[in-house]
Formats: sequence, C-alpha cells, structure tokens
Amino acid sequence: MALNREQIAMRVAQELRDGYYVNLGIGIPTLVANYVPTNMQVMLQSENGLLGMGPFPTEAEIDADLINAGKQTVTTATGAAFFSSAESFAMIRGGHVDLTVLGAFEVDVNGSIASWMVPGKLVKGMGGAMDLVAGAQNIVVTMTHADKSGASKLLKQCSLPLTGVKCIKKVVTDLAVVEIRNGKFHLLERAPDVSVEEIVSKTEGELVIPAHVPEMKFD
Amino acid sequence: MAGFDKVVHSYEEALAGFKDGMTVMAGGFGLCGIPEGLIKKVYELGNTGLTVISNNAGVDGFGLGLWLEKRQIKTMIASYVGENALFEKLLLSGEMEVILTPQGTLAEKCRAGGAGIPAFYTATGYGTKVAEDKPTANFDGRDYVLERSLTADFSLVKAWKADRFGNLVFRKTAMNFNPMMATAGRITVAEVEEIVEPGELDPQNIHTPGIYVHRVIKGTHFEKRIEQRTVRKA
Repeated sequence: MALNREQIAMRVAQELRDGYYVNLGIGIPTLVANYVPTNMQVMLQSENGLLGMGPFPTEAEIDADLINAGKQTVTTATGAAFFSSAESFAMIRGGHVDLTVLGAFEVDVNGSIASWMVPGKLVKGMGGAMDLVAGAQNIVVTMTHADKSGASKLLKQCSLPLTGVKCIKKVVTDLAVVEIRNGKFHLLERAPDVSVEEIVSKTEGELVIPAHVPEMKFD
Repeated sequence: MAGFDKVVHSYEEALAGFKDGMTVMAGGFGLCGIPEGLIKKVYELGNTGLTVISNNAGVDGFGLGLWLEKRQIKTMIASYVGENALFEKLLLSGEMEVILTPQGTLAEKCRAGGAGIPAFYTATGYGTKVAEDKPTANFDGRDYVLERSLTADFSLVKAWKADRFGNLVFRKTAMNFNPMMATAGRITVAEVEEIVEPGELDPQNIHTPGIYVHRVIKGTHFEKRIEQRTVRKA
C-alpha cells in the first residue's frame, strides 16, 4: 500500500535526531511536527522569524503577531526566540539548520529539485525555498513518487524550472525512501506491501537496487 | 520638541515628499507586521508608477492589495505573491512587472542596502532562473550568484513601540522584514502602536536604533487581519 500523507510524515520523522534545529516546509512537511519522538527535543525554525515554534493556539491564545511561514497562527515553544528575516536566513544560509524538509514537483539523479514554477500556470513565487535548498546541509524532500497520470517525479533530469542544483540527498515518497548519490537514485526502503517492481516502474532516473530492500518500519 | 524628535501627527506629514515613480519598501510578512495606515494613506494619495519592495503583495482589498486596485505599482519585487486574484490579472495583462526574488536574498538585499554594501554573493538561486544574466563566482569549490542590494526612497515599516527619538521595538513575528527595511530607506517612516518618551525603552532591548528612522507616527487603527486562522481545541 502506498503511504498516505500522514504516513510519509511519520517516516520523515524518523530522520529527526535529539537536539536538531529543523525547518519544515508547507504541506506534508508541516505534519512531521506531529510525529517528533517523545524521547527527543527538536526545535522548529520558521523562516519568517521564529525559532521554537509551538502548536497551534487555542481560540483564546490567538495572536495576529505570531504566525508561521505558512501564515498560520501558532504559539511559541519553551525557549523560543524571535528575530528578523535577515537573521532568519543567516541561520539558513549559514548552514546552522540541521534538517530541512520540503515538498517538490520533481527531483533528479543529480539532486536537483524543481518545486516552485510550472510554465503556463500562475507563478506565485519561490518564497524561501531557494534559500533553504541552497543553505541546508541535510534536506529531505517529500512528494508522491509519480503524478496522477503515473508519470515519474524521480527523473534523469528535472523538466521544470529549478529551485536548486545538486542539493538533495534524500527523498521520501509514498512508495519508497531513496538516497541520491553519485548521479543515481539508491533504493533504501519500500513502503509496506509495495513491490520493488512498482517502484522501478515509477522511477525514470537510474535506480540502484540492493539485494534486499527492507520495508519501512512504523512503531 | 525639536532635535531628535521624529514624531509626526498626521499621515500627510508622515508621507510628505512622497511622489510618483518612487521606490518604496513596505515591511511585513503576509499581513503580519504591515504598516496598515501608511499603506492606506498612499492608496488615498493615489501616487502611481511605484516600484514596490515587499515580501508579499497583500490580499484583495487590504494591505498592498489596495495599491494594486488603483494600479499604483509599476514594478513589484517580492518572494511570494499567491494570495491575490487581482495580482494575477495585472501580471498577465502586462500592467505590472514582477521581479520574483528568493526570500532570504530579498532580506539580505535590504540589509546590505542599508549597510552600504552594493552587492553580495549567495548560493541561493545558483543554476536557476533567478541567476540568469547575473555574474557568478566560485569560492572554495562552491558556486555563487552576485546579487545587487536594494535601497528605497521611502521605507514604510511597522513597529510595536517607539520612543520619540525613533528607537523601535517589534513584537513577535511582526518583526520580519521591518528592521532591514528601516535601514534601507532614504526616508524611513515607522507606524507604531505606542509612542513613549526617550529613556522609557530599555536601551539593551531596542531592535532598531533611531538613527535609521526619520518619522514616527502612532497608527490610528490596526486591524491586524489574520490570513490562516488555525486553532487547536483548548
């Protein structure tokens, strides 16, 4: 069975480590915050100027001056800090954020990513995505393995305008966990009850398959 | 009081000298921390041909969305403009030019502009459309794009508190682009919720020193509209 959005987030959460500063993008990445293992501390960075993002507020706690990068009302976690956008992107550009999770339209075997622009459709802008992919050392991309028509999103070469070049090392899809290394995709794990054949058929770029491909584990 | 007293008492005074064709920075992230009253006043004044630097472009009928309504913007420099139906129309019809700029690069362009740095190298956008026609360089094995900094004729910012000398304190994530933009304006106007006497703000807790700020106005009304009201159960 292909993973649903929540399950993809659960798998990404396994990439977290105690003491990590983490930036979560909009969409599935946001859901990762719900699955931080209880035995570790993780600090969420929001690029509009907050380190230490807490849960959504109660009705009584809502504060228009306290939002996340998705413009949602949020709260602060214990030990949080506020700062300007320049300071925020100094953290990102300077490589101080331990893990960035973001969505994409396409990823290719060289680790390039396209996530912000589909020609012919309205271009809304890249927001902070280009800064995040250029600045983070450790980036996990979440997306479906193929589009609705079945066409692969893990490509030899991205067809859409790029967000960044040669910057992605790991992709978690609804079907698999894939590492990008030496110009190839490497299959690390498959979703429960998803066959290697199905993953191969939905991966356009060269995919290296080890003798044994373990199923993802969920507690 | 003269000397360092920056306080003005009307939006007319706050925007004295504002002209057609000027370059304007407007602080805020989405609708959070925007100088609501100053934006509304520019809308009422009706100046056109503006080059506007702001992370976003407001929503229909509020924030910078007002300037779109009156076709006041010639060129928009922003990182994300998706929240606005009119924006799309003006873009497609060619009535307005848009220069999409990565958010961190935009913040740094304002910071550098205010700090007298004309350009800087960043890895952001290397190998993408953003880097087209820009010089690049390789440092220590990594490729970077040369980005020009930005300054403005007017910077319109929003702060929580100011003293009469223009020292500013921002509140929570309403800080965002406001501190850098405050440094990059030839005339910087701060719209604030509260004005106190010099000495009342703790000097070690001031975010923006008054040297950057030329005019301070106490806002008459802050709507503080919320774009995505998300709550959990109590």
